[in-house]
Amino acid sequence: MAYPAAVKESWQATLADLQEKGLFKQERYIHSPQSSHISVEFPADAPPREVINLCSNNYLGLSSHPEVVAAAHRGLDERGYGMSSVRFICGTQDVHRALEHKLTEFLGTEDTILFPSCLDANAGVFEAILGPEDVMISDRLVHASIIDGIRLAKAMHDTYKHGDMAHLEDKLQEHADKRVKVIITDGVFSMDGDLAPMDRICALAEQYGALVFLDDSHASGFIGRTGRGTHEHFGVLGKIDIITTTLGKGLGGASGGCVSGRREIVELCRQKARPYLFSNAVAPPIAYGALKVLEILGQSTERRDKLERNQHFWRKGLKEIGLVIKDGHSPIVPVMLFNAKLSQDIARDLFYEGIYVIGFFFPVVPAGQARIRTQMSADHEIPQLEEALLAFKKIGAKYGILGLDKKGIIEKYGM
Amino acid sequence: MKEMILDYIRKEYLEEDDDMPLDENTKLISSGIVDSFSMVSLKRFLEKKYAVSIPDEEASPEAFDTVTSIIALVQKFQKGA
Repeated sequence: MAYPAAVKESWQATLADLQEKGLFKQERYIHSPQSSHISVEFPADAPPREVINLCSNNYLGLSSHPEVVAAAHRGLDERGYGMSSVRFICGTQDVHRALEHKLTEFLGTEDTILFPSCLDANAGVFEAILGPEDVMISDRLVHASIIDGIRLAKAMHDTYKHGDMAHLEDKLQEHADKRVKVIITDGVFSMDGDLAPMDRICALAEQYGALVFLDDSHASGFIGRTGRGTHEHFGVLGKIDIITTTLGKGLGGASGGCVSGRREIVELCRQKARPYLFSNAVAPPIAYGALKVLEILGQSTERRDKLERNQHFWRKGLKEIGLVIKDGHSPIVPVMLFNAKLSQDIARDLFYEGIYVIGFFFPVVPAGQARIRTQMSADHEIPQLEEALLAFKKIGAKYGILGLDKKGIIEKYGM
Repeated sequence: MKEMILDYIRKEYLEEDDDMPLDENTKLISSGIVDSFSMVSLKRFLEKKYAVSIPDEEASPEAFDTVTSIIALVQKFQKGA
């Protein structure tokens, strides 16, 4: 075993640098199931504190839903704890096939393949279907896992300004000679909460003979009238060639993801996508839980409707107390603070007021765009949100930012 | 060459309402104006415009961090051609 001192020191220096820049991530230990109200130990070894949770992806409040938990228990009893195999050797159960069929139906596509996570789906799909004669044109704010997937593929890549359809059109013209052109976007952008204009993207794709790839991880289950996703919201259900999404957010919150779309694309993933071929099948309790989630969502739109009401209430409340938010139509509501230290200070103070939020700053978001990202859930009740608004008002007043616009906050705190 | 590259950067990476001052010494990558993943289009623009081929290993975020360093990089390969 050789662990050279020079190597150890260089890694220690890297860690120290992260600490110094305030980029060192510290885990908070949660002593309760995932919910709108959790018990958090932070810092480590401090007594757990009861807080309202405004930073989970538990959009539909199904992570600890009794029916989903019971279904997972049934999966454990009927099909066991794990598969001890990749899918194509001896890791595919009837329940995996059933879940893939249900996801296909739910997302309005031709076929679906499960992956251990959506990160894996994004990492595997481009390499499986594209070659050097093709081009991938992605929005500049797509999720990091898509960037990883693009980097693994042999096709050329290019980017367009976030949400800028004229710039996307320029790029489609520039790459007109490529065999396959794929437009790549998130449905709901995770840091800004805005929606990609899927109707306009599909129109451009049709005009220029391009495919459309949509990562709907922050949309599946609740965006669109029946929660099918961003494509439903924009009236282009059935027109998306590749959808990737996760079972780790709205759709139950455990883990697992998928590629759903054109039959041949899904089949190529089954034959060639490395994260599918070389990692274990989704565990049976998760598959059972996810099937129950889809069953619940098929029965009623009650949960996504409540989520929508919560986000309207929350957006309105934040504006009324004089905070700057990014406008949008999703449950991701960024409270803009612009200054990195201010975002950290306010998040910390809110925690001691019983509100759990996280501040984000460069390089997670663009420089000068520091924020606290708040996320609504169907699990939130209005009194909880009222309590959270009171805390935001108190802390906002402490820092003198209520009623200030972007310019005012930057004048006071800098970027 | 300087103005040509600055124009391209403005058009390709800045928003129309962006009033950010930009000159040949403005940090592009390390300041977040150009993210390292999106700098590929700038590389292609340079290669096409100045008829050079910049090897991937030379197209580092450091080499692309200012217009001054970009010009030096292009000139290096122009001379080599």
